[in-house]
Amino acid sequence: MRLELRDITKQFPGVLANDRISISADRGKVLGMLGENGAGKTTLMNILSGLYKPDSGQIFIDGEERTFDDPVAAIRAGVGMVHQHFMLVPVFDVVEAVALGAETVTGFLGTFDRAAARKRIVELSEQYKLEVDPDAKIENLPVGVRQRVEILKALYRHSDILVLDEPSAVLTPYETEELFAIIRSLAAGGTTVIFITHKLNEVLEVADDIVVLRRGRVAGTADPKSATRQQLANLMVGRDVELIVPKGPAKPGDVVLHVENLQVRDDRLEMAVKGVDLEVRAGEIVVIAGVQGNGQTELVEAITGLRPIDSGQITIGGHHTEKSSPRHVSDLGVAHIPEDRGRDGLIDYMTVAENYILDSYHKAPYSRNGIFDLKAVRERAAQGVKDFDIRTPSIDTYAGSLSGGNQQKVVVAREFSVPVQLVLAAQPTRGLDVGSIEYIHRRLIEQRDGGAAILLVSTELDEVLAVGDRIAVMFDGKIVGILAGEDATYENLGLLMGGASFGGGLAA
Amino acid sequence: MSRVTSLFRRAAIPVLSVVTGLLFGGIVIVLTDFDHLSQIGTDPVGAIGGAIGGVVDAYGAMLSGAFGDPTRILTALQTGDGADIAKAIRPITETLVAAMPLIFAGLAVAISFRAGMFNIGADGQLLLGALGATITAIVLADKVPAPVILVASIGAATVVGGAWGFLPGFLKARTGAHEVITTIMLTYVAKLLVFFALRSPYLRAAGSTSPISKDLTPIVDVPNIINLPGLRLDYGFVVALLMAVAVSWLLFKTTKGFELRAAGFSLSAARYAGMSAGGSMIVAMTLSGALAGMGGGLMVIGTVGQLSLDLSNGIGFNAIALALLAGLRPSGVVLAALLFGALTQGGKLMGVESGIPFDLLFFIMALVIMFVAAPGLIRGMWRIKSKPAAEIEATPASKATPA
Repeated sequence: MRLELRDITKQFPGVLANDRISISADRGKVLGMLGENGAGKTTLMNILSGLYKPDSGQIFIDGEERTFDDPVAAIRAGVGMVHQHFMLVPVFDVVEAVALGAETVTGFLGTFDRAAARKRIVELSEQYKLEVDPDAKIENLPVGVRQRVEILKALYRHSDILVLDEPSAVLTPYETEELFAIIRSLAAGGTTVIFITHKLNEVLEVADDIVVLRRGRVAGTADPKSATRQQLANLMVGRDVELIVPKGPAKPGDVVLHVENLQVRDDRLEMAVKGVDLEVRAGEIVVIAGVQGNGQTELVEAITGLRPIDSGQITIGGHHTEKSSPRHVSDLGVAHIPEDRGRDGLIDYMTVAENYILDSYHKAPYSRNGIFDLKAVRERAAQGVKDFDIRTPSIDTYAGSLSGGNQQKVVVAREFSVPVQLVLAAQPTRGLDVGSIEYIHRRLIEQRDGGAAILLVSTELDEVLAVGDRIAVMFDGKIVGILAGEDATYENLGLLMGGASFGGGLAA
Repeated sequence: MSRVTSLFRRAAIPVLSVVTGLLFGGIVIVLTDFDHLSQIGTDPVGAIGGAIGGVVDAYGAMLSGAFGDPTRILTALQTGDGADIAKAIRPITETLVAAMPLIFAGLAVAISFRAGMFNIGADGQLLLGALGATITAIVLADKVPAPVILVASIGAATVVGGAWGFLPGFLKARTGAHEVITTIMLTYVAKLLVFFALRSPYLRAAGSTSPISKDLTPIVDVPNIINLPGLRLDYGFVVALLMAVAVSWLLFKTTKGFELRAAGFSLSAARYAGMSAGGSMIVAMTLSGALAGMGGGLMVIGTVGQLSLDLSNGIGFNAIALALLAGLRPSGVVLAALLFGALTQGGKLMGVESGIPFDLLFFIMALVIMFVAAPGLIRGMWRIKSKPAAEIEATPASKATPA
């Protein structure tokens, strides 16, 4: 079906989230929607899916104007959403999960007609090449397959317009390729697909049309056949950005971080890091590449002292830190940019100033004998906001109300406000827009050139290739290969991330 | 935003909750005024008018019960007769007397909640603190000068209450035992300990068969603020106010308070910042217990004068509601405690003068708490815009994490 949004405007107090946005997508076409965080993509899609009502503007489906009072109305009209965070009941099997809320029932008591549902699901998955075992339990399925279940859910509800919100965020490069194949076959079958992302490669690869949003408005449209990544990035940010921050060759110095045969257990006490050896030298950026959940989180937590280790050795600047507390590790000059900044890096309901001193509040000049010098706190925080270009109404604003990029800037400003010898950055650009990514990369390279050792955990190949001096690929708790930055390519990294080791063959 | 408007915004919900609670209370008074309502068939205007008049009378009685009769206070002050003045201002001093332990318990709950610990056991900590003060006073009686007994008793109350708060904090930090369970259970233990202690003839009032301690007033008494017969208001109230200032200072001006608040908002972010999460739990619970214990101590050697099992009378539980009404702010705790004190005091006179049962006050208090807990309800009723909520809505992208 043809979808058209005309002059959609949505005002929130203080923010014009959508300002006369008009987009359209033809039947059987893939519309790629690009935009930074806060550009209004989510608001627009929430309007399309009936969660919000626009202040003004119209929605047309096949030329007919529609208004959605609630999500149910949107689903009835054929609009299906696949959210970033999957909404599946883990203990259900695929048939139950897909049919939930749209069950076909039989008989006097209205029992769930499982057979009918199963039949339709099998048909749909064959038609669109969505390979799924209908009887498998959701909790046993890998993320990529769960996403297929989400797509099946939408198709099961007769969605002719499918909205995919950042669908590749959780996928391996290989799974992403599979997803694109599915999207193409959906489009070929007549489904209209709206593909929301901030990854430039992906829109160029899969979209038929590209629309770029910026600050609540349509910043421009592009034809994927002729547009370049650079053009799209500039359109998104509204200025010239550097997709790859230029950096000189690394000048590795002394070993700062030394990890030997490290074994660490995860929260379920299963071995997550299975004997890792690693060295990071002053003046180089070592990237741990890999799909999320292969032990990177546990590795970094062990180095920071947040997670007890099972066996092995860790030294930082020559000090053994296997049994050190997080504060002790931090006092050695270790900056830590946590993976989950919302949960671990910041406190939403504390102010920017309070977050700025979150890990050095007990030291001079912020406090003397346990009593704050609020003037010093405010001065330093204001300076940090200025130096790191944090866009905030004031230092008394709650950190939770800032955009993702600015939240991360608060974390980076805090961590880099003191001299460091080692930087542990776990997915520091996750969820950030192009402009903020450029900024974070610049700061990391700056630290490297200043002589710090950088260990960066990343799941994004673009990032791995852009900043890594050396690249260690982690799979299933082990380092399966270490490449020099210049030897790495999408292909060899993708293979390693999927579990192929240099010995050949697939490990899993 | 200026300080004043932000203050108004913060106070809007609690104040409107109180107003709404009183309005609903008025409706209940009207609906249960059967004398007037029975005439609604013959004289509707008179019936409704009479019923509404009843509400005015009842709330009027409540006001003068809580704050005294202004004209009477003025006349008494003009004549300068001590006994008259005492009688005239007694209601308001009794309101403050009732508010004193509520301030302590409210601060105790607020400081624990701020640190993310749910101290449900302020009642027990208060009682045990009172027991500590009672034993200290009786042991030291006639051995050392009264001022020493005074300080020692308050100190003992604080330490014992603090120890009773430390236990659940320590258990949580070390073993993960949930503080809601342990504090509730320790309240029972505390009550039975007091009961047990009061069986001892050493503590029990001479000749009494019920578990009540000796009258402590002859041994030690917190000095009164106004020395007039029949007034109980003493410097314990001033100590309560000082504690509110101290708690506010601790929370917002010290690194320890910063750690407590950080742990309260996000335990994991506090850990990542190198703070000791277990340490904050223990400190918060110990301080919380110490505040409640101090309040209990000041009651037995001050306004109440003897220890009995119903000394606390649910203060520790009311304090939970009170601390939430106060938005966990020390200044708010003082205001909310004054409100609760005024309602309890005023309710007594209302009961006497208008025959409306005292329980109506619990009804109103319960409604107030409910409204505070459900701010959306109040915003809807009074049509106020919710700025903070809208701000969060307005930046959905800032919340969207992985991409």
